[in-house]
Amino acid sequence: MMASTDIKTSLWPLVFLSWVLATVSTLGAIFLGEVMGLTPCVLCWYQRICMFPLVLILSAGLFPLDVKVVRYAFPLSLIGLGIAVFHLLVAEGVIAESMTPCTQGVPCSQEQIEWFGFLTIPMLSVAAFAAIAALLIITHFKASK
Amino acid sequence: MKQKTIFVATAVILAVAFALGINLYQSKKTEQATQATSQNSEALVRFHSPTLGNASAPVHIVEFFDPACESCRAFYPFVKKIMEANPEKIRLTIRYAPFHKGADEVVKVLEAARKQNKYWQTLEAVLAAQPQWAPDHSAHLDLLWPHLEGLDLDMARLKDDMKSPDFTRIIEQDLQDVKTLNVRGTPEFFVNGKPLPSFGPEQLQKLVEQELTTAAAK
Repeated sequence: MMASTDIKTSLWPLVFLSWVLATVSTLGAIFLGEVMGLTPCVLCWYQRICMFPLVLILSAGLFPLDVKVVRYAFPLSLIGLGIAVFHLLVAEGVIAESMTPCTQGVPCSQEQIEWFGFLTIPMLSVAAFAAIAALLIITHFKASK
Repeated sequence: MKQKTIFVATAVILAVAFALGINLYQSKKTEQATQATSQNSEALVRFHSPTLGNASAPVHIVEFFDPACESCRAFYPFVKKIMEANPEKIRLTIRYAPFHKGADEVVKVLEAARKQNKYWQTLEAVLAAQPQWAPDHSAHLDLLWPHLEGLDLDMARLKDDMKSPDFTRIIEQDLQDVKTLNVRGTPEFFVNGKPLPSFGPEQLQKLVEQELTTAAAK
């Protein structure tokens, strides 16, 4: 009984941190879209679809801590990571825009923001999804030990 | 429980940071926009623009307007009310930003009506009937005509006047100024050159009152 409580206290910060990452990313996306008025491109929308629910799913898994939350959250973060990597490749010009579904509206290859001379929105997205996915994997393996 | 405290505290911090970010961003943007308009004051008002009210009024509202825009329609009664509440003190200038499909043709209708000295009546009729002639967010002239019948306009002359290249030039000039002033949506208001801090009829009222007080103090 004591041991399981110990594991729980060591796992909680991991899930909590992934929730923080998802929430910051979500607020960031809303800020860029609604406050700064940047229209999200198609790929951004798909990434939002993966990121926004994580805020709710992960917070539901925090009280009381339910490690099974990884099963529901991890697929979202993995799919999000896949789309974000694809988006980054499009933005960097590795994949041609014509191969992507973004033919109307805002082109995905167009960089809307470049912070510090190199940091773009797709990069932030890749970093966020990758970090969340990594944290969830660690949670899963630590819990199954 | 400690974890709950951490969670709630983090959520509150994030929410506050978000709200502060919005505030900071918007005040910076307003400042930039005010600067941009003062640097491009000639782009704000053109000689050709229709104007209502006392020419030497202390407060000048410039509205970037699209006849097919639902928000412009919704705003119109507020603008009228503000002007009626302060007679002789407010001047209104209409600039065109016909973003909706076919809205430039409706602008030509308005300008042609202006030649018959029926601009404001036509504008009101056009706005009142907007849901009927712009059902799918694009303007249909054939659906608009019946709503202009009661205005006693010379329709044959109006349709002929609409072909005038002058009107095309007015629209082109206005759209160019839209770009210069970075107008992204309609209606966009400038009160004595100052943009609204945020979108809404109360904000317009407040800015107008502020400018009236400043003008009265002078």
